[in-house]
Amino acid sequence: MTGQRTSSRPVTTVLGGYLPMLGATAVIVLPLAWMLLATFKNSGEIVSLPIQWLPTSLSPDNYVTASEKAPFGRFFVNSVVVTAVGASIKLVLAVLTAYALVFVRFPAKKAIFALVLVALMVPPHMSLVPNYTLVAGMGGRNTLWGIVLPGLGTAFGTFLLRQQFLTLPASIVEAAEIDGASHWRRLVSVVAPVSAPTIATVALISIVNEWNEYLWPLIITDDPRLMTLPVGLTLLQNIEPGATSWGVLMAGAAFVILPVLVVFAALQRYIVAGLTQGAVTG
Amino acid sequence: MTLAPVTARATTTGAGPDGAPPAGTTDGATKPRPAARRPWRRHRREYLVFLAFALPNLALIAVFTYRPLVLNLYYSTLQWNLGSRTATVVGLDNYVRWFTDPRSLEVLRVTAVFTVATVGATLLLGLLLATVLDRRLHGRTVARSVIFAPYVLSGVGVGMVWLFIFDPTYGALAALLRTWGASSPQWYLDRDWALVMVIVVYVWKNLGYAAVIYLAALQSVPRDVLDAASLDGAGPLRRFWRITVPLLSPTTFFLLVTTVLSSLQSFDLIHVMTAGGPLDGTTTLMYQVYVEAFVTGRAGYSSAISMILFAVLLVMTLGQLRFLEKKVHYA
Repeated sequence: MTGQRTSSRPVTTVLGGYLPMLGATAVIVLPLAWMLLATFKNSGEIVSLPIQWLPTSLSPDNYVTASEKAPFGRFFVNSVVVTAVGASIKLVLAVLTAYALVFVRFPAKKAIFALVLVALMVPPHMSLVPNYTLVAGMGGRNTLWGIVLPGLGTAFGTFLLRQQFLTLPASIVEAAEIDGASHWRRLVSVVAPVSAPTIATVALISIVNEWNEYLWPLIITDDPRLMTLPVGLTLLQNIEPGATSWGVLMAGAAFVILPVLVVFAALQRYIVAGLTQGAVTG
Repeated sequence: MTLAPVTARATTTGAGPDGAPPAGTTDGATKPRPAARRPWRRHRREYLVFLAFALPNLALIAVFTYRPLVLNLYYSTLQWNLGSRTATVVGLDNYVRWFTDPRSLEVLRVTAVFTVATVGATLLLGLLLATVLDRRLHGRTVARSVIFAPYVLSGVGVGMVWLFIFDPTYGALAALLRTWGASSPQWYLDRDWALVMVIVVYVWKNLGYAAVIYLAALQSVPRDVLDAASLDGAGPLRRFWRITVPLLSPTTFFLLVTTVLSSLQSFDLIHVMTAGGPLDGTTTLMYQVYVEAFVTGRAGYSSAISMILFAVLLVMTLGQLRFLEKKVHYA
């Protein structure tokens, strides 16, 4: 706020700037570092008193044990499939719906959009029991499609993309229209390419959400072979209670956390922008 | 895949290229049957395209968001166990039961403490961090990303990591406390400490969201106003409280609404860290909805509680809109 003025006084810059900034960063980084270090500690090192901060070796034993106690390879594949399929269908549906709401003629489009907006505000807990009875009745318990299906309709992506499409200059779509391009062609060759950053943002948010989704997969699966990583992690927690298993549990947590951390590190600009977009426009 | 309806038919008006409006309107007006009354006929191609594009998504939203909303209301009047084929209509009995159960008061207290503490700490710390990151410091973009990172991580994974940190014997926190000569509280066994533990982790995970949004808002605070106040002799603290904070009130308002809603609905952390315990010490309304439906299996009772939670969410949102929005200063 007063950056330029205070930069001339090094004491305030350090005390009111660098010190709290480094402190906050440490508070975020250290727990994650603690997790990573613990995955390499054997059970003796985990329960040693006084505490042993660093592991003596970089042995992958805990990762191996976690995978033996619970099928983490399977969890990982399930999570990848659920995330890939769920996020891509969601993205396609959101792009199509947003395009239709902005560029295709239809009666009462405003009312339809209002219904999408209201759906955005319906708390997810309301649909737990009704969706469980519906999907279980369709035979969707312990299936990957049962995990994916209820989340496919997307109000959030539709909303974000509609707002983006509305900002496009009418002239570029009209030019394609005069050239006789169909709606599909207009969407694929004009609207989608110029909206690529927003589409990428919606894709990334969907991917992260699908990967982390917990409550619904927890309810709809109890067969370890069909569990996703977060559900599998709590299964491991139930199999491996007791202080000596912290190393194994941290390995399980690393399976869930590290992929998202890597994606976030690479693409954080888009993710931060997308997740905070509502605030800037609202 | 949705190509078919677009390319299949010739235009009904017989006019030029697909959907060119001037040709369509003149053409329609000269016809004996007024086309304006038959928009379906005149714009059939457009309407079919709209349906092909939007209907799958709209249908999914209807089935998996709107249908449950209505069904949930109906379920709340049933005495019905999850998975059972039979149910008895009991009217408002489930609601009466919840409101007369002394446990409910405790659930409400836990929910209120959890929400007020997490929202208050997130907003306050988020604002302080944002003012720090608003300075021209080396490495502040990296710091911003690092602080935001926990927000995108799995709540289950994060909860598990912190559960180990809070371990009263072997955890990192216990070790730190020992070096200062203090002993660790019984985070897992004491109701109040368990609630504190869950609140701390929730704030850790969500702080970055508030900080980044406050930071974006801070960067739009006009410099000249601050400079003018500075010339008038206002110190940095005074400028912060009298100028920056009021100018940020729309952002605070937005964050208040969104963080209250997500805090009231939080599940993952509570489930993995305490499972609502010990002795219901961390059972919020949201957690009770889950337990009643999927642990004890009383689906009708759970539906009634989820209606009550829905009512709380509505009242909170509308209340904030009604009473707070007036006080917000829009720049």
